[in-house]
Amino acid sequence: MYDAFKERAIGVGAEVHRFATKGEATDFILAFLQKEEIADIPGSCAVWAESPFLDGVGKTALQQIAGIGFEVNRTLAAEARVGISQMDWALADTGSLVQDQSAVEKRLVSSLPAIHLALVPTANILEGKKALFERLNPRTSSYIAFITGPSRTADIERVLTIGVHGPQRLIIVFVDELGGGIS
Amino acid sequence: MKKDFKASITRAVNDANLTGALGKFSEAYKVNRAKAFEGIDFEALRTTVAEIKSAAACDLDALAETFKKNAEAQGAKVYRTSDPQQVKEYILTVARERGVKNVVKSKSMATEEIHLNRDLLESGISVAETDLGEWIIQLAGHTPSHMVMPGIHMTKEEVAELFSKEVDERLESDIPRLVKVARDELRGKFLAADMGITGANIAVAETGSIVLVTNEGNARLVSTLPRIHIAVVGLEKLVEEFSSVTPILEALPRSATAQLLTSYVSIISGPTPNDDGTMKELHIILMDNKRTEMARDPKFKQALQCIRCGSCLNVCPIFRLVGGHVFGSVYTGGIGTILTAWFDELKKSDEIQGLCIQCGNCKEVCPGKLDIPGMIMEIRRRLVEEKGQPLVQKAIFSVVNNRRLFHTMLRAASVAGKPFTSGQFIRHLPLFLSDLTENRSLPAIAAEPFRDVVKKIKQPKCEEKVAFYAGCLIDFAYPEMGVALVKLLNKAGIEVVFPQAQTCCGAPALYNGAYEAAANNAIENIKALLEEEVTQVVSACPTCTVALNHEFGATLETQGRTEWLAKAKELAEKTVDFSTLVKRLVDQRRLSFKDGEALGAITYHDSCHLKRALKVFEEPRELLQTLGYQMTEMFECDTCCGMGGSYSMKLPEISAPILKNKLANIEKTGAPVVAMDCPGCVMQIRGGLDQRGSSIKVRHSVELLAERLD
Repeated sequence: MYDAFKERAIGVGAEVHRFATKGEATDFILAFLQKEEIADIPGSCAVWAESPFLDGVGKTALQQIAGIGFEVNRTLAAEARVGISQMDWALADTGSLVQDQSAVEKRLVSSLPAIHLALVPTANILEGKKALFERLNPRTSSYIAFITGPSRTADIERVLTIGVHGPQRLIIVFVDELGGGIS
Repeated sequence: MKKDFKASITRAVNDANLTGALGKFSEAYKVNRAKAFEGIDFEALRTTVAEIKSAAACDLDALAETFKKNAEAQGAKVYRTSDPQQVKEYILTVARERGVKNVVKSKSMATEEIHLNRDLLESGISVAETDLGEWIIQLAGHTPSHMVMPGIHMTKEEVAELFSKEVDERLESDIPRLVKVARDELRGKFLAADMGITGANIAVAETGSIVLVTNEGNARLVSTLPRIHIAVVGLEKLVEEFSSVTPILEALPRSATAQLLTSYVSIISGPTPNDDGTMKELHIILMDNKRTEMARDPKFKQALQCIRCGSCLNVCPIFRLVGGHVFGSVYTGGIGTILTAWFDELKKSDEIQGLCIQCGNCKEVCPGKLDIPGMIMEIRRRLVEEKGQPLVQKAIFSVVNNRRLFHTMLRAASVAGKPFTSGQFIRHLPLFLSDLTENRSLPAIAAEPFRDVVKKIKQPKCEEKVAFYAGCLIDFAYPEMGVALVKLLNKAGIEVVFPQAQTCCGAPALYNGAYEAAANNAIENIKALLEEEVTQVVSACPTCTVALNHEFGATLETQGRTEWLAKAKELAEKTVDFSTLVKRLVDQRRLSFKDGEALGAITYHDSCHLKRALKVFEEPRELLQTLGYQMTEMFECDTCCGMGGSYSMKLPEISAPILKNKLANIEKTGAPVVAMDCPGCVMQIRGGLDQRGSSIKVRHSVELLAERLD
């Protein structure tokens, strides 16, 4: 299912990575942020929304790194270059990510920054919408979001252009160690 | 048709930007759509979607109440109204009471339908459309020209011009740069807005959820950043169960833009907290505006199965030439014609309904299983019923209803037409085939109609007898096609009977909404054709075949002439198109052809009625290949040739460019012969190639087959 997902997601312009442990994933993220020259200045920072991934990773250590913030509001998210969040599910048939985004922070970090880095537990890849809908409960999840690749438009002369109102890049990082199920 | 409507058509077809962008898109769409549906049983999927939506349309009132109850339980405020004015008043009241100054909107056809922006602006509230296409047309002061791609009629240069004014900076027409400008410019508006207005693609009664489907990410921001979110939802968006969302999400993006899924889908079930800790205000307005009335009409209830994907526009050979603006309304294309007739009024559709050539492309791809051409026919019928036929048309069909007079006039035309004959073509065909010769030569009326020729053919006496229904074109313009058919069937041991009382199949009247005249034709033909002791009735004109085996019954029913229904059914069951019959005879080894000879390349044009109403497209190809021709398929082989009966006379400005595309596609194959199974298509395509001085031969399959009998 991972391979099927990866093919679909790359097909719609996402970047896909996979790591066995949270440690390896953290190393990747830090290297990535460094490459993107994340710094403590508006326009260059990163915002990280509350996610299970952070349990035991050592938020305090991460907080020492210049440019990463765990406080999320519209101003900070709009000024961030990178938004990081953990998505609940991935759908193999369309290359989509799905998350209960009732908490506004989860929406802000995945919609306002230029780059959205999405962490996903590898075990939570589902076949498609049918399997997903059996697990969704709209009565308790007021805002369920599907994200499939970066933001796109073809509204000018039908020319596909990436990054209109949402992120221009979507980096998907699967972490095997995160296990399955939804916390 | 009014002059300004004609003028708007001429303007559109001569707008190279528009036809270029639309043409390119529709050509690519077909290929991409097919790819997007790979591995999916489209028929099964659309049956599911149609069932879900149809069930909802049966029960709109109850579903709306259930939705209201459940959405309110989730914390939303739900307002139901049938009146567009009240929708606007509700929004303005909320805006006034909460001191709203700035509104951001994501794409919503429902708000376009009621012209909401105008009222907001008049109340001193600033409104920004945030879908890129919508923003572009908002800046330009245009209406949407396409349901999914509202700004498809504009070039990048025009967009650069508009944006330059908006940001007060000279911008180049570089598309990624223009998109970046829109992102930066609208970002400020998103963050400053105190109200967000969206539509909804689906509304789920069971859970009180609304579903938003977008690519740009604007609906996410519109429903997240402002403290108030108002969703304006047409009642037809309601479905009963949450699980119904899945099939619609499977079908909608694939049909709309050939995507497996759009970049973003949001399912909102009640308000969520804002980032300052307050709770968002979520208002959902369920708007009726004639929808329940539509649901009560047995002919139009199916229109509520529409999921607003726009695929009917994308495959329409007319739409890709004229774009949306000639429709003069918010909703465009085939579905737009139907919605305009309802949401505005029937007579608003008087002119635009005439744009439909009845090719049936849209019906094939519609994920909601709407019979758009059928509903447009019903609009025509009601228009004629309401205001009568135009006088000239009425005169013509009264002639067509009088077989003796009609045939006498056609015979007279063969004489009258002679002075104008150049080779096989004349410049001005009399009677109802008026004066269109600019792009196409018309055939002469034959010196001797088939009904006379047939009497002279010596046929073997056979046990099996088949009746031949010629139709006007074979009878009076192309009798040689009839001769070929008789030759073929005789060879297979079948005697051909030609009932002399047969007359026009009524299609010309029917496609002009003159159902009464069409019903009279139906009855005359039923009488004539059932009188004979025959096993089958064969026709070599697909339009006639469809009339005989699909339409007679339905037409008679609309006129209350139910005493003829059983006979119509009997005739329908006996009727067969020529290719199907001949293929069967070949398979039964009752018919064979000279073999061994390579006859070279041939290309085949699928006639609309044969391909899409009768679903026959393999048989003629297989037969031609059996003869020794090598099939070289043309691009868009099953796209209409632009004939459409009297359509080509009424709207030559559209028919001509459609024909031009068809001819170009034929020429590109390099084949010296193009075959088809419809005398109407032969008339259109042969006339077009003649006008160009082309050497490509245009043949009805029946002639090619008869030539190669061994």
